[in-house]
Amino acid sequence: MNTSTKIFIPRDTASISMGGDEVAIKIEEIAQKEKKEVTIIRNGSWGMSWLEPLIEIEIEGHRVAYGPISETDVIDLFEADFLKGGSHPLKLGNTNDIAYLKNQQRWTFRRCGLIDPASIEDYIKNRGFSGLEIALQKGSSHILKELEKSGLRGRGGAGFPTAIKWQTVTNAEGDQKYIACNADEGDSGTFSDRILMESDPLALIEGMTIAGLTVGANKGYIYLRSEYPIAHEILASAIKTAKEHNWLGKDIQASGFDFEIDIHIGGGSYVCGEETAMLESLEGKAGMIRFKPPLPALEGLFGKPTVVNNVVTLASVPDIIDQGGSAYSAYGVNRSKGTLAFQLSGNVKQGGLVEIAFGITLRELIEKWGGGTASGKPVYAVQVGGPLGAYFPNSLLDTPLDYEAFAAKDGMVGHGGVVVFDDTADMAIQARFAMEFCSIESCGKCTPCRIGSIRGVEVIDRIINNENREKNMDLLNDLCETMIDGSLCAMGGMTPFPVKSALQYFPEDFKPEIK
Amino acid sequence: MIHKYDEKIALDIIHQVGAKPEMLVQILRAFVVKFSYISESAIRLIAKELNLSRAEIHGTVSFYHDFRTTKAGETVIKICQAEACQAMGSRQLTAHAEKVLGVKLHGTSENNAYSLEPIYCLGNCACSPAVMIDEKVYGKVDTKKFNQIVGFKE
Repeated sequence: MNTSTKIFIPRDTASISMGGDEVAIKIEEIAQKEKKEVTIIRNGSWGMSWLEPLIEIEIEGHRVAYGPISETDVIDLFEADFLKGGSHPLKLGNTNDIAYLKNQQRWTFRRCGLIDPASIEDYIKNRGFSGLEIALQKGSSHILKELEKSGLRGRGGAGFPTAIKWQTVTNAEGDQKYIACNADEGDSGTFSDRILMESDPLALIEGMTIAGLTVGANKGYIYLRSEYPIAHEILASAIKTAKEHNWLGKDIQASGFDFEIDIHIGGGSYVCGEETAMLESLEGKAGMIRFKPPLPALEGLFGKPTVVNNVVTLASVPDIIDQGGSAYSAYGVNRSKGTLAFQLSGNVKQGGLVEIAFGITLRELIEKWGGGTASGKPVYAVQVGGPLGAYFPNSLLDTPLDYEAFAAKDGMVGHGGVVVFDDTADMAIQARFAMEFCSIESCGKCTPCRIGSIRGVEVIDRIINNENREKNMDLLNDLCETMIDGSLCAMGGMTPFPVKSALQYFPEDFKPEIK
Repeated sequence: MIHKYDEKIALDIIHQVGAKPEMLVQILRAFVVKFSYISESAIRLIAKELNLSRAEIHGTVSFYHDFRTTKAGETVIKICQAEACQAMGSRQLTAHAEKVLGVKLHGTSENNAYSLEPIYCLGNCACSPAVMIDEKVYGKVDTKKFNQIVGFKE
């Protein structure tokens, strides 16, 4: 009989950044000294980042959680007999019963935390590759039909219907087609792609393979940002494992279908998260935006028809094929079907990933999951959808998280990032930063973005310094309109949203005492 | 481990990654990982091997934040400057780092021990502020934790 106790310690970035590796080493060391048999499994993260490192002990088929654990807590845990589920101030009970997790509707992230990302056996045991198996049997038109039924829209931020995009590439003429996965998750306050890649990398690989099969592409690229070294390591090894088990490469599962995936690492440029800039970067060039049309679906990578999708979009597909499109569209509201993995961060007590059906309000998310601000001060502003998203004041927190409901209030759900600020935030400074960030990251191709952002910083500085306030306010509004209407892509076209929302909802921050 | 620039190693990298124009960004990245920066001689070599002009290489190098053209300090410290970290005090943390390291953002200390860089999001936003030292990410970094991870005594 195997008496070794299984201990799970996540190897995702959040866990490691809070000392996960050191905790693992310490547990191993003390277990050896005390002659206790333990097997440490470096699983993915459940997404409860504020509890990281969250360690779990498997007891009679259940997983009992403790967290957040630091290296210095380990001795204490052994004294409390945590290997048998002993009580300790940091004991959280059964993982499945933790309200934060229990009240979610996990779809795309259902395996995250549960499995060892390095284990293809774990993946298959949890219905991994079931979607691809069905896809291999039933073929392209079946996949497109289920996708359409699912109502899945691009999770990178733009929310474009995935079925239409894939249909376009399927119909496009071309001797060579590509799948390009956008893993350049540069928006501040977003980390769902990272958690997915670090916790369940095979789901992305399976999703990309299904995409390839659907549209007739045999080559895929993952464009991964350089800021994610752990995701890189885990993905690279998952690709290798998938190949060894013939779930990737030549003649996948004797179906006659070939599919290869390469990882390309970015160069630390935010704008390369824009799809055409990403394609330029994948071609080895500076990440300058391309004019659209032509759409990447028709003339994308190396001028060939290309599916460009975000990590979470692609990883949502296998289960849609496995469970059927209507199982997915049963979640959500209006035209926002399914679930979105919201990411709570910034000044929030319980930051992490919350996958739930669209339609929940921002307030529920921040209060019920987030537990309010980390500082205990009132919530002052919330930025949703990354650095190009509007700042919402307290009075807009009851807006339901739904693509259209947010757009109606000049906001965007985007990639689902929710960044909370308490009342120490100065929204004039945040508005200035939005312009500054645009000036740092602009690709420089179009004038409204390249020059407008620099002028924007200057004008906001003059307003803050109370120089010619009225005139400069008019000028800033004018500049914002020019950038919105005249920029080639969302970088310059949406930078004005955080600026305008700061002006509209927090005007007092732009009026410091007259010097 | 950062290596001193060496043309033979550089050539190996180019051919290992793939001596094709579409691999340029990947080659530049591999150079930065190996040598910490892209030198003038590196640009000449890559241009020759990929049959591109030096101007084309320079244009790509200067576009990306990661591709520095001066040698990095022995330890590269990147402090996230994006919104989620701002909400948890990254501006104050950056000011502290500049003071204790004696170097401004984008700078390298005189003894070449540290380079201090801004970074826009490490994806560790729920544990902000976040700092990356070489390739390791640290979360919830206050001034005390900063001193500790950089190895300063209080």
